[in-house]
Amino acid sequence: MTTIPAKASAPPASPSASRPEPEQPRRRGFPWAPLALLTPALIMLVVFIGWPLVQLVIMSFQEFGRAQIFGAAPEFIGIDNYVSVLTDPEFWAVLGRSVALCVVSVVATMLLGVAIAVMMTKLGAVMRTAVSISLLLAWAMPALTATIVWGWIFDTQYGLVNWLLTQLTGENWIGHSWLIDPTSFYAVAAIIITWGAIPFVAFSTYAALMQVPDEVLEAASLDGAGGFARFRLIVMPYLRSVLLVLLVLQIIWDLRVFAQIYALQSIGGVRAETNTIGVYIYSVSMASGDLGAGGAISVILVILLLVISGYWIRTMLKEES
Amino acid sequence: MTGRPRRAVARVSLNAAALVVIVASLFPVYWMVNTSLLPASAVRSTTPHWWPDEFTLSNYQEALGDDSLVNALFNSMAVTGITLVVALAFAFLGAVAVSRYRFRTRTSFIVAILVIQMIPAEAMIVSVFRVLDGWYLLNTIVGLSFVYIAFVLPFTIWTLRGFVNGVPADLEEAAMIDGCSRSGAFWRITFPLLAPGLIATGVFAFIQAWNEFVFALVIMTRPESLTLPIWLRAFVQATKATDWAVVMAASTIMAVPVIVFFLIVQHRMTSGLVSGAVKG
Repeated sequence: MTTIPAKASAPPASPSASRPEPEQPRRRGFPWAPLALLTPALIMLVVFIGWPLVQLVIMSFQEFGRAQIFGAAPEFIGIDNYVSVLTDPEFWAVLGRSVALCVVSVVATMLLGVAIAVMMTKLGAVMRTAVSISLLLAWAMPALTATIVWGWIFDTQYGLVNWLLTQLTGENWIGHSWLIDPTSFYAVAAIIITWGAIPFVAFSTYAALMQVPDEVLEAASLDGAGGFARFRLIVMPYLRSVLLVLLVLQIIWDLRVFAQIYALQSIGGVRAETNTIGVYIYSVSMASGDLGAGGAISVILVILLLVISGYWIRTMLKEES
Repeated sequence: MTGRPRRAVARVSLNAAALVVIVASLFPVYWMVNTSLLPASAVRSTTPHWWPDEFTLSNYQEALGDDSLVNALFNSMAVTGITLVVALAFAFLGAVAVSRYRFRTRTSFIVAILVIQMIPAEAMIVSVFRVLDGWYLLNTIVGLSFVYIAFVLPFTIWTLRGFVNGVPADLEEAAMIDGCSRSGAFWRITFPLLAPGLIATGVFAFIQAWNEFVFALVIMTRPESLTLPIWLRAFVQATKATDWAVVMAASTIMAVPVIVFFLIVQHRMTSGLVSGAVKG
């Protein structure tokens, strides 16, 4: 038998008086049940993710431009797309910017998220509830609307930030554009990304902190361990695996950030100087129409992210078994 | 001797830090709603209006008077509805298969689900665009819904699997010993206990489909087939120089359903987890 119920170590249920006998063989002789249950999901995954993935890899080895979009037969050109992408300085500039934005956002998110989680364990009930509700609201805010609101807060003419800076410094900041200069564009983007990502990190870390047994902390305190020593020697081992998983997820999410950058560019950035890898794929393949090169960059991004997420996948599998 | 004042200082600074977190988290959400309730003249004044002292709903009237917004709202609701229902049904069946049966390809299926979850949508736009183009599914609600269903399935199956695992199989077996058929035991015993899991997963699918940006940008390009996020992005580009108040009203219209659903689930999920301790 290839299929057995997950935890069925018990012998087949003894048929009680009311139980008709013919039911038995049907239950036993249905080894295709799991496959039947999985079929609808499998079809969707194969057709709308598996098949496009195969197409993507094939396309990345083809000459695929505007002519092919309008029906010309694509031609295999080996690794030419990869060579031209990897020798293009713009690709490396985009990748460098994406990594830099990712590092800044992830570090800020992790530090602030963990700090807020630790703070929540020390707060009184009322304050803790207030902090939780505020974080929940920020978490629930769609990334796109959050970007637009921050864009309004940093608006050139009537934005709050420029008004505040004018009040504080006495100089006239009205009219200062935060999005034209790539560096300050990325600073605004990092604020938006970090603001949206902190709640998830803070809640997950807080839940992990609640798992640390109080008795152990008390015992350590009696043995003379100070606050920092207690955190490092007792709390950290409990947190380590949670923090690593959070770190991997944050890196992946921040590396592929799209909506925030794309929307911020519409509000006032210079597209060519502020593209990150996701937006770059869009502009190479959709705006410029070079699907072959776009495919090659996509394959590179998929491989990069799968390598980074290896740790997360292994952790999840360990939890599963 | 210094213990007491030091503790008081620590308490005050702790609460001050908490206050900073509250303000920083809430302010953008508040500012969106506040701006949306002010007339354009107040939004363009040299000093900010901290609360809607010149209260007006005209921005909402103007936004909802725009046919293209109403159309985008309809498209988003249709795509989200289809994704929610179909993904939940398929994920439920898949989760039962993975959780209640041991079969040879089970581990490879789970690995596949986890790997797929890490494949970035941004890398798939090119080929998904071409595949849908080949089947004449570009600019269709069905086409976009199919893509969303496929992309939320890995997470929804994974999450529901956890909830199905949480209901002990012993309960089903006990019901079967008492004379229930296998499917009867499942529908009468396990299914009701899964309600919190189904709600949580459903809300996840809802939020994903409602917020999704990059596939919608590539697949829905005709003015009449835009979804809400794509419409909003274009609207911001066209309007922001003149009228942030209407932009904020449109943003609020998009954000409110998500926030409401999110808050509902948060409550249901915690209560579901607390009462989830099944007593035999």
